Amino acid sequence: MAGGSTVGRVDGAARAGDGPPDQPLVIRNLTKSYGAGRPLVLKGISLAFEARGVVAIIGPSGTGKSTLIRCINRLVEPTSGEILFKGRDVARAGRRELRHVRRRIGMVFQEYNLVERLSVMENVLCGRLGYVPAWRAWLRRYPPADIDKAFDLLEMVGLSDFVHQRADSLSGGQRQRVGIARAVMQDPDLLLADEPTSSLDPKTSVEIMELLREVADRRAIPVLINIHDVTLARRFATRIVGMSAGAVVYDGPPGGLTDDHLRTIYGGEDWLS
Amino acid sequence: MTASASTGQAAFRPNWAARAGWLLLAAYVAYAAQILDITWARFVLGLDQGGRFLGRLFPPEFQRWELLVDGLTESLQIAVIASVLGIVISLPIGLLAARNLMPWWVSTPTRAFVALCRSFHPILVAIVFVKAIGFGALAGILALVVASVGFVAKLFAEAIEEISMKQVEAVRATGAGFANVVTMGVLPQVLARFIGFSTYQLDSNLRNSTMVGIVGGGGIGGTLFAAFQRFDYGFLCAILIAIIALIMMGELVATRLRATFQ
Repeated sequence: MAGGSTVGRVDGAARAGDGPPDQPLVIRNLTKSYGAGRPLVLKGISLAFEARGVVAIIGPSGTGKSTLIRCINRLVEPTSGEILFKGRDVARAGRRELRHVRRRIGMVFQEYNLVERLSVMENVLCGRLGYVPAWRAWLRRYPPADIDKAFDLLEMVGLSDFVHQRADSLSGGQRQRVGIARAVMQDPDLLLADEPTSSLDPKTSVEIMELLREVADRRAIPVLINIHDVTLARRFATRIVGMSAGAVVYDGPPGGLTDDHLRTIYGGEDWLS
Repeated sequence: MTASASTGQAAFRPNWAARAGWLLLAAYVAYAAQILDITWARFVLGLDQGGRFLGRLFPPEFQRWELLVDGLTESLQIAVIASVLGIVISLPIGLLAARNLMPWWVSTPTRAFVALCRSFHPILVAIVFVKAIGFGALAGILALVVASVGFVAKLFAEAIEEISMKQVEAVRATGAGFANVVTMGVLPQVLARFIGFSTYQLDSNLRNSTMVGIVGGGGIGGTLFAAFQRFDYGFLCAILIAIIALIMMGELVATRLRATFQ
């Protein structure tokens, strides 16, 4: 595969940091409440993530899955707790440090969140915006290495023929592929995916999950995926975290996830039959 | 008979507040017209005089076309310079006034400044500038710059407030700094509309630039006013026709511009 070399880790040197090398992401006692006096959406989450593998986070709507994922790159401000990303506490990072952390964390969104009026290429290159000064982005003077890499990534996600199309002309599946290419373009040490398949049809959903697993394998990074579809989670994840009412109620391999667990996670049982 | 009517339920609830509002508006219009003594007889008297005036406008006299062209050129220059300056200033000011990107202590004073720019008609501003810095095109240009900032910055800020924050969130998540978030996350969403506002403003400045001359701000307005004062109605008509042609040409250019940037 032509894109192989770019999907694999390129810069081992960038992987500095003094945290435990086998656990690039450690979350301790993370809580979140949207405003003082409001109920806790996350009630003291503690999780550690290994250096590679697909982790599926399942749970009913409104249980804090999105909040958890967004706390990790601080698109949502945590209320208390620690988020150690390669040994650095993201929760306490200053503005500049936070941007440096975000550069190393790719994110894929449910509704793709592409910049609609920009072309596919411009959207993929958005993944380099943490490195490129604004005047270069404005004049589209990206470093040639970045552009080569963007072409490779677009080939990997199968969109080589759509380079110059505007993002708003693409189908849902194509948009999500651009979203993934944008995230991988960041050369991430961690990939977050917030319900990446919820807006897609079943076949496209499987393709997107395959792509995410491929990224996790080739780059040897953890990929955290919020997902509603338990079947897809079982099929693609190496580990499943079940959340209910802001707390972790299951954490283990997909094989260990029983109907009893699902009842605890989602409540009720009629839907299981 | 419909089911709802037979059960005595209204499908649509009457909005009494809105009805009362319309009634009040109609009553106020009638009252204000009476206060200002706007009667049918007065209207007919005006029609009579207007007819005679129209008669004296024709035929238009183009003998002094050099004066005409000079004035028009100056008006055009005033409009273009004022538009470029005003639009360039509006870009950062509109950004600072957008409440979804800026903290309140930045956006509120900026919005107040924009409101100040909008609070006076360009002619009033032109009078102030003529008094402050003297007769001539510069006063007219500055007056129109103020008007442009008031209009374009306000609409630009509102366009920014309507953008999709999802796209901004995605750009922010890549670790992009503020300048990059604006360049690649915000501007692509609003640029087409900004071009639209700017061309409207160019159009509007073109019209206003023919007016600032009346108060000494340069351009064809001064010539127009002089023609009025000297009852030189033939020349007046020629000036009016020339202005109409200028505005129409501006309209064509503006449409082209909008189509190019869509």
